[in-house]
Amino acid sequence: MFHWLEKNPFFFSVGVFLVIAFAGLIEILPNFAEASRPVVGLKPYSVLELAGKNIYMKDQCIACHSQLIRPFKAETDRYGQYSLSGEYAYDRPFLWGSKRTGPDLHRVGNYRTTDWHENHMWEPTSVVPGSIMPAYKHMFTNVADIATAYAEAVTVKNIFKTPYGDEIQPGVEAFEAHKPAILAEAQKIAAGMKNQDVKDAVKAGNVPEIVALIAYLNRLK
Amino acid sequence: MQSNAALEYDYSVAKLFTYTAILFGFVGMLIGTLIAAQLAFPELNYLLGEYGTFSRLRPLHTNVVIYGFTLSGVWATFYYSAQRVLKVSMAESKFIMFLGKFHFGLYLVAAVAMVLTLLMGITTSKEYAQMEWPLDIIIVVIWVTWGLAMFALIGIRREKALYISMWYFIACFLGVAMLYLFNNMEVPTYFASGGVGSMMHSVSMYAGTNDALVQWWWGHNAVAFVFTVPIVAMIYYFLPKESGQAVYSYKLSLLSFWGLMFVYLWAGSHHLLWSTVPDWMQTMGSIFSVVLILPSWGSAINMLLTMKGEWNQLTENPLIKFMVLASTFYMLSTLEGPIQAIKSVNAIAHFTDWIPGHVHDGVLGWVAFMIMAALFHMAPRMFKREIYSKKLIEAQFWLQTTAVVLYFTSMWIAGITQGMMWRAVDEYGNLMYSFIDTVTVLHPYYAIRALSGVLFLTGFLMFAYNMVKTMTSSRKLEEEPQFSSPMA
Repeated sequence: MFHWLEKNPFFFSVGVFLVIAFAGLIEILPNFAEASRPVVGLKPYSVLELAGKNIYMKDQCIACHSQLIRPFKAETDRYGQYSLSGEYAYDRPFLWGSKRTGPDLHRVGNYRTTDWHENHMWEPTSVVPGSIMPAYKHMFTNVADIATAYAEAVTVKNIFKTPYGDEIQPGVEAFEAHKPAILAEAQKIAAGMKNQDVKDAVKAGNVPEIVALIAYLNRLK
Repeated sequence: MQSNAALEYDYSVAKLFTYTAILFGFVGMLIGTLIAAQLAFPELNYLLGEYGTFSRLRPLHTNVVIYGFTLSGVWATFYYSAQRVLKVSMAESKFIMFLGKFHFGLYLVAAVAMVLTLLMGITTSKEYAQMEWPLDIIIVVIWVTWGLAMFALIGIRREKALYISMWYFIACFLGVAMLYLFNNMEVPTYFASGGVGSMMHSVSMYAGTNDALVQWWWGHNAVAFVFTVPIVAMIYYFLPKESGQAVYSYKLSLLSFWGLMFVYLWAGSHHLLWSTVPDWMQTMGSIFSVVLILPSWGSAINMLLTMKGEWNQLTENPLIKFMVLASTFYMLSTLEGPIQAIKSVNAIAHFTDWIPGHVHDGVLGWVAFMIMAALFHMAPRMFKREIYSKKLIEAQFWLQTTAVVLYFTSMWIAGITQGMMWRAVDEYGNLMYSFIDTVTVLHPYYAIRALSGVLFLTGFLMFAYNMVKTMTSSRKLEEEPQFSSPMA
């Protein structure tokens, strides 16, 4: 049979494909039928939090930080309750990460504050002596892309039925109409910060990346 | 039987991919060395402003070495060896020549776009699938073009039976195609929101645990079908060619090929042990990872036994040395992987530096060694000149071998130290170390790893120099060498 296959590339390829695809058929597809259901009380990310998540992705925090607390005592002691599948129901993409050069962040919102993050992102060693994390000073001046975050909320609402309210609607006008609410949320974060430039920027209607990122990190609980 | 002499093979596409393999190899390893050094000396994070932090550069390193260096190497060797094992020249068909050149041109465009977008922070954040949706579409076109070129060559072949290397190239094509399409299903937000925000952003079709499963089904099998399958294709072609020995066992190659194809895909979920994916999938991933030792070692042993009775070549021919060490590192890596996939070991190893340690004994010791040896073998045949310097290859071999050993030993120690410290408790059951203690303790190992990066990169520069000299100023060859590659 194998000799015959090796002389018939078409059937050879079909054979290889079937053998490769078999595992996916058994292992992956069944999981699709049963989509991750949200845990009770899980709210979708606000637009500001989504913008923060996009900064988390842009600067690849995931390269060093996980968001997955494994069910071991050493981990629950350190980070809090172990992670549940339903907590990730609105995570597109999932951001579990694969390396902990720094600590896990899945519940960082429980034990770190806006003020702590502001100091830490400006100069990590100021709050964690010996830290090898780089400073992310550019986040204090770069402006977060709120429009794209809004577009993401619209997309997941309309296509994946993520339960957003009526304020999330397609189109640039709808975004402009929702913008004051986003800015109000940003103001609350900025109120907890010291950096005057950041406060001024938010007042002027621009959300610095650091504000969105902190909104996202505070949300991780 | 067709005689070899009647065929003039056309290497123009193979040469183009050889150049990019050298270029991207250098760039990717340079970034790798830099980010390794950043972990030991954090002040190195500020060389390029916001574009130079570890976090921004790490995906650039992985993507450039995987899709830049490795794929260039794969395609250089494919466009070289496929003609030879199929006994047909690219020059016989204008269509195939066009496909080959189009393949390369589009690949170069995509590679440059990949580097730029990742530097700018435009990413989907899914490991080894970071490129955003417009690039994904270009990649699909590239992949289909390669497939067309391959099957067109197969279509006009003179040698009816496909040689083992071709099995693996076909598998590489099919496997990556299937997995890549599934994992990169994403919705561009600009078009789904009535034109708000950036054109480049997308969201994954899958959420949370589902996304994780699809991602690591892909992530693990990017290792399978980019770092293993086409590299096995190379060693099955180049080791017998360079040594003049026939492959030891046809049956063993059958067993390891079909075994590898069947088993590899199951193992993806071993990246998600102790996570929130269903338990039975984790167990399947774990079990099949251990089973995976068989087909992996099957190929490696087949290659080592091919050298039976000819071990003297190991002292005489540095290319044989590279290839034999490559298959040895393949064995090490494919034993280490399954060990890490055992649930209790994984509890310590996961999230630590043991994982990059494992990756690098595979990619440096196996993938990079094999690609460099293959390109060295091809050079005298493509450029009709002898290899510029044997001494330089010898020096490169020992330098890089030292580098690989330093890399994985330091990361073994670092990983296990970290894994143990994370879970250490005092006599009252309280955690003994704060997280930062487990970071600062790793400094010496990070420094050793950075040094190993410098050594490997230096070796790669020696390789690049040797190749360039071979192409330009080495002694000309009258006729094509039969087996062992001539070198000065």
